[in-house]
Amino acid sequence: MNEVLLRSLTPSVLGILVRRGADFAAAEDAVQEALVEAVRVWPDDPPRDPKGWLVTVAWRRFLDATRADTARRRREDRLDEEPAPGPAPATDDTLQLYFLCAHPSLTPSSAVALTLRAVGGLTTRQIAQAYLVPEATMAQRISRAKRTVSGVRFDQPGDVATVLRVLYLVFNEGYSGDVDLAAEAIRLTRQLAAAIDHPEVAGLLALMLLHHARRAARTAPDGSLVPLAEQDRGRWDTKAIAEGVTILQLALNRDELGEFQAQAAIAALHADAPAAEETDWVQIVEWYDELVGLTDSPVVRLNRAVAVGEADGPRAGLAALAALDDSLPRYTAVVAYLHERDGDLRTAARLYAEAAHKAPNLAERDHLTRQAARLNTRGSL
Amino acid sequence: MAKYLLLKHYRGAPAAVNDVPMDQWAPEEITAHVQYMNDFAARLEKTGEYVDSQALSPEGTFVRYDGEGRPPVTDGPFAETKDVIAGWMVIDVDSYERAVELAGELSAAPGAGGKPIHEWLELRPFLGTHSTTTECTFK
Repeated sequence: MNEVLLRSLTPSVLGILVRRGADFAAAEDAVQEALVEAVRVWPDDPPRDPKGWLVTVAWRRFLDATRADTARRRREDRLDEEPAPGPAPATDDTLQLYFLCAHPSLTPSSAVALTLRAVGGLTTRQIAQAYLVPEATMAQRISRAKRTVSGVRFDQPGDVATVLRVLYLVFNEGYSGDVDLAAEAIRLTRQLAAAIDHPEVAGLLALMLLHHARRAARTAPDGSLVPLAEQDRGRWDTKAIAEGVTILQLALNRDELGEFQAQAAIAALHADAPAAEETDWVQIVEWYDELVGLTDSPVVRLNRAVAVGEADGPRAGLAALAALDDSLPRYTAVVAYLHERDGDLRTAARLYAEAAHKAPNLAERDHLTRQAARLNTRGSL
Repeated sequence: MAKYLLLKHYRGAPAAVNDVPMDQWAPEEITAHVQYMNDFAARLEKTGEYVDSQALSPEGTFVRYDGEGRPPVTDGPFAETKDVIAGWMVIDVDSYERAVELAGELSAAPGAGGKPIHEWLELRPFLGTHSTTTECTFK
């Protein structure tokens, strides 16, 4: 049985239950139970209509749960008058679920957890494992999130930008344990792109595909980071790159530029270079200028300085850094790199060691320590 | 089974025998060190003795309550703080002797020149939250 296929039915099944009058929180629990039941039953007894099967089982679970709750007897009476579950209707509420799960009243971590469960169909245990927290903690986070959105009207239009931020967060979490969150983020963004025609949704999908295409080349067999310039480009996933580029081009043709399209354009230019030396840094700087215009974020300016350093030389890169706050994450690593390119190896080594001290994760810390070590032991061994 | 914390210090432990900062090692020595640490953890997972390990950022902040209606006070990092924890590994083992044996192996991780660091690790037993199932026989 294909579990991803099963999970892809989650949002439309949940949408149907909510349209039939089930409240979101109870319907979501019922759908989870139906999914678990499907995993158990389908391998031996695959249904002819998987979605219809899930709707029927989830609806039954929902009614059972509601009946069991005597305090809700009045509502039960009402539900009994509802029409019996028939074939699944054609309307699809997938998009509404994305909006609900990324509702602005939710904290980012709650929105992420709720999206992965209610839209992605992952179990609480899987989500907890992916985020390295106890299952009970994740269960609480999800039920609090459901309470927070319980008063939100389901048919209200939402903001695509908040949904994209949630999906981008999931993507950046990468993968640990059994659940590949980057792949899951791509699946969910693809599903969103099918539900809504929006250039930034396409832009994010393209960005994810282009980054994901480099994943195998990004880590050495011993787990250490391989920087872009040193990656074996033969290990890039050309199929994913081609798909990302096509999606991006169609989006850019609409002439409604946004942050994710611009980021994807930069990723595409990297993907397009057969060797690191052939990278079109001048065009990359132009895209960073667009990004600065769209977001004016200091992180973007920091990345822009790296590109300027490649396009116009390290001195120009250092000059581009001048206006930035040196407490910015990775600032010191960028300065170290530009000094190395400028031939000031002693300063570069000192700054790499300092950057390692401030690194946000182990992989980066080890990488920066190695950079310092490489320069410090150069010629002295 | 008893749980122990193996604490690694940035500062506060006696100096290691092979006490060279990592950014002065050869890059392949760093690779060998990281490999040793990963292999060690993987081996303890196989023996069923591994619980958890985490590394900490070297710099933190001190925080304290500052009274009703006021935001907490933050301060530091303090240069004079004697003890700075770099990270830990939690193991669940049959005996204190086994915990000492494993701490010794972890301390033998290779460093500069490919030679063991002989780093001092602090071994701390956990205080469990439950009392044992047998009753206390003294008053």
